[in-house]
Parts: sequence; C-alpha cells; structure tokens
Amino acid sequence: MAVQPIRKPTRLEPWQDPSQTPYVRIEKVTKAFGDFIAVDDVSLSIYRGEFFALLGGSGSGKTTLLRMLAGFETPTEGKIFIDGVDMAGIPPYERPVNMMFQSYALFPHMTVEQNVAFGLKQDGVAKSEIRERVGAMLDLVQLGRFAKRKPHQLSGGQRQRVALARSLVKRPKLLLLDEPLGALDKRLREQTQFELVNIQEKLGVTFIVVTHDQEEAMTMSSRIAVMNHGVIAQTGTPTEIYEYPQSRFVAEFIGSVNMFEGRVVEDQSDHVLIRSEDAGCDLYINHAVAVPSGATVGVAVRPEKIALSKEPPAGSDGRNVTTGIVREIAYLGDVSIYLVELKTGKTVRVTAPNLVRRTEMPITWDDEVYLTWRPFAGVVLTQ
Amino acid sequence: MKRMGFLSWALWFGYAFLYVPIALLILYSFNESRLVTVWGGFSTKWYAELLHNDQLLSAAWLSLEVAAMSATVAVVLGTVAGLALARFGRFRGRTLFGGMITAPLVMPDVITGLSLLLLFVALEQLIGWPDGRGVTTITIAHTTFTMAYVAVIIQSRLVSLDESLEEAAMDLGARPAKVFFVITLPIIAPAIVSGWLLAFTLSLDDVVVASFVSGPGSTTLPMVIFSSVKFGISPQINALATLMVTVVSVGIFIASLIINRQERQKQRDEQMAVQGG
Repeated sequence: MAVQPIRKPTRLEPWQDPSQTPYVRIEKVTKAFGDFIAVDDVSLSIYRGEFFALLGGSGSGKTTLLRMLAGFETPTEGKIFIDGVDMAGIPPYERPVNMMFQSYALFPHMTVEQNVAFGLKQDGVAKSEIRERVGAMLDLVQLGRFAKRKPHQLSGGQRQRVALARSLVKRPKLLLLDEPLGALDKRLREQTQFELVNIQEKLGVTFIVVTHDQEEAMTMSSRIAVMNHGVIAQTGTPTEIYEYPQSRFVAEFIGSVNMFEGRVVEDQSDHVLIRSEDAGCDLYINHAVAVPSGATVGVAVRPEKIALSKEPPAGSDGRNVTTGIVREIAYLGDVSIYLVELKTGKTVRVTAPNLVRRTEMPITWDDEVYLTWRPFAGVVLTQ
Repeated sequence: MKRMGFLSWALWFGYAFLYVPIALLILYSFNESRLVTVWGGFSTKWYAELLHNDQLLSAAWLSLEVAAMSATVAVVLGTVAGLALARFGRFRGRTLFGGMITAPLVMPDVITGLSLLLLFVALEQLIGWPDGRGVTTITIAHTTFTMAYVAVIIQSRLVSLDESLEEAAMDLGARPAKVFFVITLPIIAPAIVSGWLLAFTLSLDDVVVASFVSGPGSTTLPMVIFSSVKFGISPQINALATLMVTVVSVGIFIASLIINRQERQKQRDEQMAVQGG
C-alpha cells in the first residue's frame, strides 16, 4: 500500500539549499557499549524546522542516537553540534533540547499542570508567566479541563498529549520524540499523526522522531534516515526512499517489494536491459545505472506498479511482461493483494485497487494472468 | 461444604499455630494468680502494677528510642546504598558489592554482636569514643544490621522505577541533586516508609546484638524480658506484651483501611479516565 506524505512540499528544501547551515550536525558519531557497536560512524545534517524521522527496527541504533542528542549517552567517537555549539561535555539539563519519552515519563506524584510547569520552574520563570504558558500549552493540546488530574487519571492518548505539552512548554528549538505514538491504538495514532504535524508547523520547532513504523515516518516527516545495525542505510524524502531505494534493505524495509535477480545485457545512457531467469522475461528500465554489462543485479518492483490482465497486453515487445497463475487473493476492501506464481516458481505480489465489486472481479483463483509494468517501475539495486 | 477437606484443615491448623500462643499470652495477662500458668480468675491488676514498674517502663521507652533513632539513620544510609547499587551503572566488582550489602542479613546475630563489641572496645582504647557502652553503641549496632534490609528494599524499588522519569526531569532542566529530592524521593517514599518500619521492628526485637553492646543502665525491653524469664515471668510482662500487640494490631488495621480506600479511589480514577476518553 503506497502511503502519501501529508505535508505540502515547501518551496525550497533546506537540505538542497547550499546557503543554509544545518541546525543539528552529527559528525562521524560512534557509540559502543562494550563490544556491541550501537551506532557506527553516523553523519547527519538536520535543518531548522524539519520533521526528521530516524526509522529502523529494534537494535538499529536509532534510540541510542536520539539519547546522544539529548545528552543521556556520550558518543564514543565523533561530535554533535546543535546550533553550531559542540555538545561534548554539556549535560542534559543545559542542552537547548527537550525530549518526549516513549513511556511518556510523566511524574506520577504531580498533576497535569505541575508536570507541564516543571521545566519552567527549573528555569526560574515568574509564577504568573508559568501559569499563562502552561494554560496556553494545555489549550494547544486540548487538555485544559484536565489540568488538575494526576497522570493515572488519564487515558493513553491524554497522557501522550501531556508529555508533548511538557516537552514543548520550554519552547525548545529542537524536540526529540522517542516513538511518540508507539503506545496508542491504530485509530488514535492516525489522528495524532496529523496533530503532531500541525503543532510542529505552527510552532516551527525542529522535530527528530524515532520510529519503527514506516507508515508513520512516511506520513509525518520531511526527511527520513533509515537505520540498520547502527548504520544509516539511506537518507531522503519519503518519496525518494520509497521510489528510489538505494539498497535491498531499504526497498524491503519500506513497504513491500518484489525482487528479481538478473544480469545486465544492455547498458545505455537512457536505459538498461536486464535478463532475468527469476522473472522469466527481460526487464527494461528507462534510466542508466553505473554497472558494467554482465554484472548481476537485483531489480525491485513495487506491488502496486504491476498490472494484471487475462489478455496479453497490446503492443508488448516481451519486455517487462511475464505470466503466472493466481494462487492467493487477499481482499482488503479498497485494494486486493494477489500472490501470483510465475512459471519460474517465483511468487510475485501484486496490489490492485478494487475498481469493481468483489463478485464482479474478472480475475480469480487459479487464473492464468499476464503481469506487466512500465519502464520506470523497476529500480536497479546493486547492494 | 465442598471445601471442608484438607485445605480447610491446613488453614485452621496454620492459623492456630500462629495465633494460639499470642491468644494464650493475652488471656494470662488478665490472670488473677501470680503463677503464670495457673488460672486464678479474671483481673486487671497486672496492668495497674505495670504502670508503677519503672524498670520495665524505662526499658520500653529506651527500646522505642533506640529503635526510632537507628531506623532513621538506617533509612538514610540504606537509601544512599540502595541508590548507589541501583543507579551507579556497571562497574568492576558490582556483584561483589551487591552481595556484600546483603551479607548482614544472613550473618548470625551472635557474630554481628561480638564483632561490634570488639570494635567499640578497640575504638574506645584508640580514640576514647564511644565512651563506654550504652544507648549510643546499641543504636550504632542496630543501624549496622538494619541498614542492610533498608538498602535491599530501596534497591529493589529503584530497579522497578522507570529511569526515564529521572531522565525527563533532567531533560527539563533539573540538576541531579534536585531530581533526587523532587522526583525520585517522593516516588519511592512508600518504600522508605516500609524500610523504616522494618528497621524499627527489627531493632525493637533484637536481644542478641543488644546484649553484646549494651552497658550498665542501658537495658532494652527484650533484654529485661529475657533476663526476667530466668526468675519466672511476672504477669506484668504479659500485660505489657498485650498492650504492644494491641497497638500493633490497631496500627495495621488503620493502615490497611487507608490502603483499601486509596485502591478503590485509584480504580474509580482509572474508570473515569477510560470513560473520559
């Protein structure tokens, strides 16, 4: 299922603008716990006002990286700059960042109001101003009438918003969020995604979000860094990550994908041709790749970019066309997922929108079908 | 009556085992006779006599004093030790230190008492303090062995405490000392209270260690009771024990009432939260 970003593209992306200086600069940072290397030589630049996602499975090092930004862990090697200042030796309570914890970490012995006011109190803000700012912040997260309650008197979604309010009330330039939606159920999560993006755009705060949920990262963030075993596998906008994955890991981690193995037989400046035993046909891709002829490569094709038909497609030259038998159909309402077994024995996943009602669907179990895709659909992966 | 079988027998037998001795003690505190084991009719005269027994009363008072002081010191030291064990992170010999804090729990009282006595005598010869043995030495001795219990309680509470609470406070600008007093301490307060109560009870209870380190004029209640057994128990001691049992029972009853009410309140709160969406 393709997920569309919910934010409007801004005029000029700061990471493409050479005159911009990054707000957060992570330079060759490594973190080792004994023999285990949690974060391995990571470099990143994050710009003011970005909604940046660190995406990865458990043990990918994303949370460790976030904790180093907050100051709870010290890098074994490398440097972290926030707003141009080297963060080495600066304790968490003196950093210009705030963090929202995965467990929310609300102080159980304090009311909602006291929780939110805690950070301002530490800074010695005047009482009247504290009251005003806490009130405004609670209104922003729509919790004004819960101000006097204790955390255990709140539902999960309310607690999440208290945690958000508490981390935003000090007006940090940079907010770190550790799985901010992890503890919410699916419906609440979708609703909260939009709220988070709205609040971030309204306040103009730079957000760095750690998440394992690729859908969440795709919908909310301006850019994503996909992490695997402590290394950044790829950094880019959600569209770049989804449409142009640079490695098998990224292609398979984000959404689902069909991987075909093949050998480059034609390598031109405007296209490549790959002979694939796997797919049972030649794969034609309309962009050049920097691999020599004869090299073995993988080709990734997203399930929604493959079309199914019972008739052979018109005007076909035998490229990007193969045949198979429908083995499974999963009806999801809006789309159906077809598992098609090719003659070569490989199973291919195809998703198609349900344009007609289920009972009228032309393709059913054990039908022999043609699978086709356009020249731009495939992505060549060498790694 | 399906349950009238082995289990109910076990229940009754178990409770009888626990409470018959205490019931007997309370019963004999109202005994008219001077002989502890011969029933001579109902009377409250031993309670009246108890009020005029200065030796027993001052011993009881001394015991309470020592228990309160040593429990307080033990809570401070035990909390610090528990904090170090739970929060210091990994260091060389951590397991050894962790094991060593619990050693006084299993150390026979006789050995603890004897070693402390040797220490006090040596100290007195070297630096002239403590000056003889008395309340100070008993308090120090009791602190020594009750502190280990407190440290274990505090450590296990801290291990189950979400560390991100402390990190969040630090992240919001509180320095480590402030985090401890404003966040950690209030949250672990119940564990500290139960640690204090345990230390208090252990101190009140102790006769072995106290016998080693006490001096003339500093006889605790358990020591008085223990020594008077040699000459035959006076029913006054029964009366005193009955009073203590009563005080403890009332205390436990009130505590459980309060806990019950808090529990019900919490359930109501949680229900409210769910309905409030």
